Amino acid sequence: MNSRNWIYAWLMLLPAFVFLIAFTHLPAVTTLIDSFFTTAKGRRAAAFTGLGNYQKMLGDPIFVKAMVNSAIYAAITIPASIALSLAMALLVHRSFRGVSLMRMAFFTPTVLPLIAVANIWLFFYAPGFGLIDQIRLYFGLPSANYVGQPDTALYAVAAVTIWKEAGFFMIFFLAALQTIPQSLREAAAIEGCGRWTFFRRVTLPLIMPTTLFVSVNAVINAFRLVDHVFVMTKGGPDSATMLLLYYIFETGFRFWDTAYAAALTVVLIAILSVVGIGQFFLADRRVHYK
Amino acid sequence: MKLLNVFLATSALTLFASQANAVDLEFYFPVAVGGAAADTIQSLTEEYMANNEGVKIDAIYTGSYADTTTKAITAVRGGNAPQLIISLSTDMYTFIDEDMIVAWDNYLTEDEQKNWIGGFYPAFMANSQTEGKTWGIPFQRSTPVLYWNKEAFKAAGLDPEKGPANWAEMVEMGKKLTVKDASGNVTQWGVHIPSSGFPSWLWTGIVAGNGGLLADDTGKNVNFNSDAAVGALEALVSLSSKDGVMAPGILDWGGTPKAFFEGQAAMIWTTTGNLTNVRTNAPFDFGVGFLPGLKQNGAPTGGGNFYLLKGSTDEELQAAADFVKWATAPEQAAKWTIATGYVAPRPDVWETETMKDYVKGFPQALVARDQLDYAVAELSTFEGPKVTQLLNSALESAITGQKSPKEALDGAQAEADAILKAYH
Repeated sequence: MNSRNWIYAWLMLLPAFVFLIAFTHLPAVTTLIDSFFTTAKGRRAAAFTGLGNYQKMLGDPIFVKAMVNSAIYAAITIPASIALSLAMALLVHRSFRGVSLMRMAFFTPTVLPLIAVANIWLFFYAPGFGLIDQIRLYFGLPSANYVGQPDTALYAVAAVTIWKEAGFFMIFFLAALQTIPQSLREAAAIEGCGRWTFFRRVTLPLIMPTTLFVSVNAVINAFRLVDHVFVMTKGGPDSATMLLLYYIFETGFRFWDTAYAAALTVVLIAILSVVGIGQFFLADRRVHYK
Repeated sequence: MKLLNVFLATSALTLFASQANAVDLEFYFPVAVGGAAADTIQSLTEEYMANNEGVKIDAIYTGSYADTTTKAITAVRGGNAPQLIISLSTDMYTFIDEDMIVAWDNYLTEDEQKNWIGGFYPAFMANSQTEGKTWGIPFQRSTPVLYWNKEAFKAAGLDPEKGPANWAEMVEMGKKLTVKDASGNVTQWGVHIPSSGFPSWLWTGIVAGNGGLLADDTGKNVNFNSDAAVGALEALVSLSSKDGVMAPGILDWGGTPKAFFEGQAAMIWTTTGNLTNVRTNAPFDFGVGFLPGLKQNGAPTGGGNFYLLKGSTDEELQAAADFVKWATAPEQAAKWTIATGYVAPRPDVWETETMKDYVKGFPQALVARDQLDYAVAELSTFEGPKVTQLLNSALESAITGQKSPKEALDGAQAEADAILKAYH
């Protein structure tokens, strides 16, 4: 009987195993192997180069630029989207007329596909007739071309990410806020504790597990969400919005240098693993699970 | 015994059926413009199959040009190549380098070599032939033109029926057409030349107008920093920095027709693929003209070619070639041009009654055709996407004022030389 249960268990797991191995583990291993070879072309076979592809990265100005851009992009979008989503959650974690309408409004960007969002924002940013420029013009400011100038393009792209992500994270914070017992609030009120102190000493520690979850997601998204780069800038102007993942796509599927793209992918995964694991270890001491 | 009979009968039937459908072809095609492109391809293949028993063509829509190239390369690497694809004419060297296409020459008679291949506009063949062979057959091809707003011309005291004949005239008219409000902010720009993503395309036209070419027909040599090229980039940058007739920074392609409709720009440069869009949506009369050149007329071509892929039998490839011969014949090509707005690739297409009726109601379509006499190849080399990308980055750095045109182009030339060295 016991052994039959084992067979059942394995059979149940089999479909998931097959898909995981075929589409996740096998490709990951082949990517690692490919990164040590040169790209095969029709007339030239792949040759072993050892760390050649990794050495090439150090001398590749666009890779360096992509790394710097990704760092800036992460440093902006992660804290900004977390702060904004928490603020929005606090705002709608009350009952007043139209609160569900407000929650829905905050959540809407999450439902929209990023490609569509990017196209809409492109028109917000459009110089001359775009929404932002019309506001600027109303106040007598000169026209600005946000996505078309290298010094503002990255921030313009980051703003779209924050706008898109905040609503999604808000849902998690809202759920966390609703688990805080009302009795704590009453107790704090009796002790004469102010709203800010309550937030800092009670609310914030209690929603730490959610904050950790959200911040891990925000980190992953900072490297993963590049759909709008395709629509808005294609990495330009002059690589100003070149992010690591977009560079991998471009190298792999536009330049067809698949071996170099494999090496870049390994670097991306290494960064993500280190950051992800580090986050759990560092934050673990400050997170109180029930 | 009975069972055996049934078996024999069925296999005979299958054999018979497969003989009737002797050739099965797969055909990947992208759609890069709005409108009825996919439906038209479908109805063309169906019409062909109805008239040619024994040929079955499976036309598969494969997304954008980039997606189609990706899928074709993947299919070839997986040993499952289609016989026929349409993809960018500039991908020719990439496909040769991948060793995945065959030349059309093997599937043509001497007469077809002369009359069929020879019957396409030379401007389109420039992106389709190298090493003395024909690798691509022009089909969905386009070229950029200048659109102008006749009402804005009238308001600026210009003749609304005459667009700029050359660069100097465009700048001069642009100055009159640039309108500022009381606080000095521009409400209407004179010119709008889009530069997002791939500024090299339109710039190729400016270089041609200045008497220069960016690459030769071997795909191994580029000439990014010639005097003609540097002069062309200086002229483009000056439009914003000195002449003050164009908005500064990178201008988006997608927003270009919109800027025209909204009256933000009085003259725009964009592809003929937008003709139908502008005709439907512009709330004013508009004119269409050649791209104004610095010294002479000049424009790039763009768009897609038919390619024959390796990995099939000669018989299958011959059948695919025969289908393409039929699809590019005047009547079919005319249907295609009218449905999509692409420029008909052969002079004899324009001689058909169908096309004559079409241009009678829509004379602007003729501008693109007449400009082909001055058109040059779109930039195409080995490692094409990489070389084009580094040129695009260089152009963007000059347009946004981070580098001088000469400095940017010298850098691009050195980088391109380094990449192309492997092919010498």
